[in-house]
Order: sequence, then C-alpha cells, then structure tokens
Amino acid sequence: MKEEIIIAGFGGQGVLSMGKILAYAGLMEDREVSWMPSYGPEQRGGTANVTVILSDELISSPILNRFDTAIVLNQQSLDKFENEVKPGGTLIYDTYGIHRPPVRTDINVFRISAMEQSFKLKNSKTFNMLVLGALIKVRPIVKLESIIAGLRKALPERLHHLLPLNQEALELGMTLID
Amino acid sequence: MNDKVKLMKGNEALAISAIRYGCDGYFGYPITPQSEVLETLEAEMPWETTGMVVLQAESELAAINMVYGGAACGKAVFTSSSSPGVSLMQEGISYLAASELPALVVNVMRGGPGLGTIQPSQSDYFQATKGGGHGDYHCIVLAPWSVQEMADFVWLGWDLAFKYRNPAMILADGVVGQMMEKVIIPEQRPRRTEDQIRQQCPWALNGRKGHRKQNIISSLELDSHQMEKNNLRFQQTYAAIEANEVRYQAIDCDDADYLIVAFGSMARVSLKVKELAAEQGIKVGLIRPITLWPFPYEAISNAAKNAKGILVVELSAGQMIEDVKLAVECQKPVEHYGRFGGIVPTPEEVFEAFKQKLIK
Repeated sequence: MKEEIIIAGFGGQGVLSMGKILAYAGLMEDREVSWMPSYGPEQRGGTANVTVILSDELISSPILNRFDTAIVLNQQSLDKFENEVKPGGTLIYDTYGIHRPPVRTDINVFRISAMEQSFKLKNSKTFNMLVLGALIKVRPIVKLESIIAGLRKALPERLHHLLPLNQEALELGMTLID
Repeated sequence: MNDKVKLMKGNEALAISAIRYGCDGYFGYPITPQSEVLETLEAEMPWETTGMVVLQAESELAAINMVYGGAACGKAVFTSSSSPGVSLMQEGISYLAASELPALVVNVMRGGPGLGTIQPSQSDYFQATKGGGHGDYHCIVLAPWSVQEMADFVWLGWDLAFKYRNPAMILADGVVGQMMEKVIIPEQRPRRTEDQIRQQCPWALNGRKGHRKQNIISSLELDSHQMEKNNLRFQQTYAAIEANEVRYQAIDCDDADYLIVAFGSMARVSLKVKELAAEQGIKVGLIRPITLWPFPYEAISNAAKNAKGILVVELSAGQMIEDVKLAVECQKPVEHYGRFGGIVPTPEEVFEAFKQKLIK
C-alpha cells in the first residue's frame, strides 16, 4: 500500500501540522513515511503545502506532482492541485471561500465545511483536525487510534490536556462528508 | 513499534546525532534552510548533559575560526550553514586543511549565486569538491539522501576527519534538511576526556603535560621548500583517501540500458524516475555518489560499460556532470538535466527530459 498525499491551503491553517500528525500516525503503524513541506518566506496568509507519503515500502522521491489524494483548503490550492490528482484519485476540499469548485469527473471529489464548523465551535484551531477526520473517513489510510497516538507523540506533554478536544474534532470531522 | 524510531527533519536529526557522537562544540550563525540545526541544539541544551558548547557566533567568519580553534585542541567540533554562509567560511576551511585539522562543516545548500533564494539547490558542488578556498586541498565530501544519512554522516564525517586529519563536509540540500522521515540515532557516547584526546591526537594543543615537545599548528610556512614538503604530505593524505574512502550506491546498474547519476535529493527523485521508466519497460540503473570527493570514477565507468547513455540530474546548471564525463572518458553520451535557483523538478519532469535527451 502506498498513499501519496498533498495538503495545501493558507499559512496558519495548520496545513503543515496536519501533515505532521498524519506522518506520525503512519509512524505508529510502522509504515515508511515522508513529510516534505514547501518551505519559503511565506507566513500566515501566504500559501503553504506539504507532501506526505505513507508506504509499506521504502519511499523514493519525497517530491511529487501526481497524488492519490489532495486536500485543498483554499481557491489557489484548488486551482493548482486539482490537475495533479491521479485519475481515480481523491480530492477533498473545504467550501469556505471557494468560488470555482472542481470540475474533474475522473476523480472522487468530496466537499466539507470544516471552516464553518470550526466557527460554530468558536475554535478555529480545531479546523485541521476536522479536516483530518474527514480524510480518514473518505480514505481510511490510518486508524483514528494511530492519529491519537501520533498526536500524543508529536505534542509536548504540557499540551496533552488538549488530546480529548482533538479527538472530538477528529470524530466530528468524520461526520462532515456530504 | 520500535521506540528508537523517531520522526525528524534532516536538520534536527543531524543536530541530535552530533550531540550523541560526543561532540565538544558547535559554532554557527543561523541561515535558512538549516536554522533547525542551531535551534535543535539550543533546545536540547547539551551543555547541561554532555558539557558540549553550543554558541551562536557573530558571523560565519567567527564561527569557522572558532571551529579552527576547537579543532586545534583536538576537539570534535562543527559548524553548519547554507551556501552564502559557507562561501564566507572558505578561507577558514582552507586554513583547516593546511593545518591538517579534523573538523566537520555542514552545507545545506540553497539557490545561488549571491544571496540567492532559500529553496533547495546543489550548485555548490564545485565549491565543495574542487577547493572552494585557495590552495591545493580537498575536503572529504559526503552527500546524504535521507534523514537517516543526515544522522549517520555526522559520525562518519568526524571519524574520517580524525582518521585523516582533514576537514570533512556534509553537502546536503534544502530538501534533505527540511523533510521529515523515520530515523534511528545511535545512543549517547561520552565526550572524550582530555587524556583520551592526548592519546588520539598527539598533535593537539592541550597543554604540555609531562613536558612533551611543543606542538605548533599553523598554516603559514615562509620557507618554500618546507611548504612544498607540506603539500606533498597533503597529497599523500588525499591519495590515501581516494584509495580507501570512495563510497557510492549502485541500484540495478548491471543490466540497465541507461544510467542516471545523481546525488542527495536528486538521487531520490531519480529513483522515482527509475520506477516510472520501469513501468514503460525501460531499464534504468541509478548510481548515487555518496562521497562526492573522493568521486566514484571507477564505479561509474564500470556501470556505464553496457549503457547506451547517461543522464546526470542535478539542482545546478551542470557541475557533477564534468566528473561523470571524466569517469566515462567521453566514450558514452552524457546528458544533463538540471533546474536552478531553488526550483526542484518533479519525477515526471525528469523522466520527460530523460526520454528526450537519451531515447529521442
């Protein structure tokens, strides 16, 4: 099994963190993992994306332009990455701020409204966990327990009291698929 | 899951691995894309545990000369920087080589020339392997292609540097520095005691205990005849390194119709190109030089014997290609594909170039 994933959005949305938690979840399942950020001078408000690969075999290139799954969280990223999903692959996008929805019919497109949901929760920081929940609902590439275990490993102990909140957001995210 | 397996960036793994080696001191000045080296060392606070010094110098010049001072005392010391910063260090690196001092210099390359960009590049190949500073000298140059090798080459680099009394360089790029992968870092080794350093490095400046003969470390020699003798000694060292320390990885080269030669991150991308080629029934072998100096001329020459053509893939306008051409003595077509200024090509892009340039 090999899953090549791109996660893209605005800087500050938790794109890189989401990728990191996904990579940690892969680590918990003894998979080979690779996490490659598009690093640059951008900060909050700029664009950010990360390529995450989970595989049962050694990973060759950490840099790709064909993905099994794309998670796009703003219009620019949708414009850029819709065409980079492999035929038959998966595209998950958040509807917030999207005025040109995806047009491809040879891929599986899923819309979520995680941003609106995070507004309802009055906690914008849960946004990326809602999205990650939606991802594993659509593509069960890692187990929910592995993500929680990965979070436990990725987060410093002083933040472990936030684990239940993150778990709730992940579970809620799993219900957001239309 | 093996508890020793960690998920880390290349830069972080390199920093932790240096502490575990029993490193005595780090001197550096922050620059993207390797700032995590200093950040990780500061966060780990090894001065509280092993007693290792971690110092943010006022400049790259200061940092490399602090390395010179530490190395002259027989200490395991290193610095890290990225391309423009490593340019500033070249004088000091030449002095390290001339003074026959073991030290480790890490270059996580970014796009140049000049201050350039902060994205990945491999355009310091010439600088690293053909001198960089002035005079007839070589650094031992190691090119990691994974986070694991970022950790491992710290140990290998210092071991070789001490073995040959010569500076070693880890020549990485922004991809290998910034990406996260699984890594296992060796257990903590104690720093060497002063007595152990006296034993291993009888040339070191560490006090004339037992009224030993005075040690002098200097790169200056006003007597030309003596300076020539020194140079001949350096050349003997380089010949020994060339004879003993060539490292490379050859993947499926034996029955390959075509060969790709690439190092570091571009070898990873090229491995994917090899997979794409295999899907179309094209047999491609990959040779990845691990030591860029000494360069694996013979391995490439042997692997090229049955190949119809060779593609050299680099994040530069074509630097390592000169060594590949030397290796095959221009008896095979050697083509180049590169992007520069911080642009990293995708596997598909390289594969298209491969087909255009070699299959036609």
